[in-house]
Amino acid sequence: MAKRAKSSKSKVRARRARAKPRVAAMPPKPGRKAAQRNSLDDLVDAAARALDLPVAPQWRGAVKGNLAVTFALAELFADFPLPDDAEPAPVFSA
Amino acid sequence: MDTAWAPASEIAAAVADGRTSASAVVRAALARIVADDPVLNAFTAVLEDRSLAKARAIDAARLAGRPLGALAGVPFAVKNLFDVAGLPTLAGSKINCERAPAMRDATLIERLEAHGAVLVGALNMGEYAYDFTGENVHYGPSRNPHDVARMTGGSSGGSGGAVAGGLVPLALGSDTNGSIRVPASLCGVFGLKPTYGRLSRAHTFPFVASLDHLGPLARSTRDLALAYDAMQGHDGDDPVCAPRPVEPVAAEIARGSEGLRIAIAGDYFRAGAFPEAQTALARVAAALGVTTEIELPEAKRARAAAYVITAAEGGALHLARLRTRAHDFDPAVRDRLIAGAMIPAALVTKAQKFRRWYREQVLALFAGVDAVLAPATPCTAPRIGQQTFVLDGVELPVRANLGLYTQPISFIGLPVVAVPVPLEPLPIGVQIIAAPWREDVALRVAYALEQSGAVAASRPSPERDKRARR
Repeated sequence: MAKRAKSSKSKVRARRARAKPRVAAMPPKPGRKAAQRNSLDDLVDAAARALDLPVAPQWRGAVKGNLAVTFALAELFADFPLPDDAEPAPVFSA
Repeated sequence: MDTAWAPASEIAAAVADGRTSASAVVRAALARIVADDPVLNAFTAVLEDRSLAKARAIDAARLAGRPLGALAGVPFAVKNLFDVAGLPTLAGSKINCERAPAMRDATLIERLEAHGAVLVGALNMGEYAYDFTGENVHYGPSRNPHDVARMTGGSSGGSGGAVAGGLVPLALGSDTNGSIRVPASLCGVFGLKPTYGRLSRAHTFPFVASLDHLGPLARSTRDLALAYDAMQGHDGDDPVCAPRPVEPVAAEIARGSEGLRIAIAGDYFRAGAFPEAQTALARVAAALGVTTEIELPEAKRARAAAYVITAAEGGALHLARLRTRAHDFDPAVRDRLIAGAMIPAALVTKAQKFRRWYREQVLALFAGVDAVLAPATPCTAPRIGQQTFVLDGVELPVRANLGLYTQPISFIGLPVVAVPVPLEPLPIGVQIIAAPWREDVALRVAYALEQSGAVAASRPSPERDKRARR
């Protein structure tokens, strides 16, 4: 019974997906109303100051959008279990 | 001889036995560039005097009875991130116009010319190679010869367009996350991304040091092999270039795929592909009689890690320019680079640790197979200016996602040949992926497919070209 209900929901989800694509991992379009201030604003402000990196107001949305995509993708591997002594790929030889 | 579509191998043979001259071949290439490049926009510099002088020297050498190289008289061009003596190395940017002209050629240009090839120009590309579209806000988009309203793919867009459009039989590009394989796929030509560290990157403008590769695009497997053989060998000017002996492959490719164990990449590489990508893969698999499917473990995470490393290293490379010249960047590139410069180091380090883990898992697969097939791009060439497409019901930016299937492969430096499947109305590529240092395997499979007729660089329709010019 529960299995049948789940399957029905899946079909509904599939129909919705066909009807209207989800929008994910998309930097905001220029001119889109600025999103509410969030932790990415804090990061952009702090990093821009620390790096002496100018971020014009009209670029800010796209920079935040790209950071949001980056963090979303980083979530895929950030907690991937690896031992402390896992060696990073680039190996320096003296 | 129709040098607009003749393979490099046939041009070199004809020059060597006197059926034509290097000068005639190069003059014809220069004339095609004059005629067709105003539409294709593949070239950013044409080296008329230099190329004609080189061609005359080859013809003189033949008359004097001196031996000619395997690429004698073959015109070629390079993505404009290669140093070319006398030209500023643009790397697709406006900012680099102000660089002093290069004092010498990149190592790979020197090596091709040592085998008789003739450099005729420098090619358009996405700014600083951070691109999969072939579009460029400063120099205009390179245009796909199969439909000039469509993208070439990038960032080696001019390389794909120049070869597919019959301007030159051979071009060089760079591939950090797919920038040879994506334009090869969308333009319907062959592309070789060798093993990381195989070919010297010396005297070229970098993008992501830990991921950058260079390689050739051509209209046949044999031409890829000839160019690749000419360019092999250690180069002390590139610390990443491996101290390995030259391992020639041109004489090996005719062995074909006999005895090779080949599988199709499943899971991640099946998801999201448009019907044309699935058709192309099925056609290649059928031609090889391949039905086995294997999973490259954690390919989705691998692609994510490649994305983060790319953004961070790219941001770091351009930090000084972003501080002082941000307004002179392509806005689409600038905003990604600024964000990249702000990525916490902990994520980049984790990505590099994951990279080694992933490499070990994938290399273990090669104990059971010799080559793996995967789509090169999720779709045929999008229209120029198209911002998004829908993959698996999710709307995604084209610029960042055309390389969805190439990134998990270059992430661990595996050699790949992208082969063109001549579907109508537009071609699309399939990746043949081999174990590290086994370019010979990927090229043998590509050659077998070419012999079977399953893959070929299809010539753009003249009618379509005329329509585009009207």
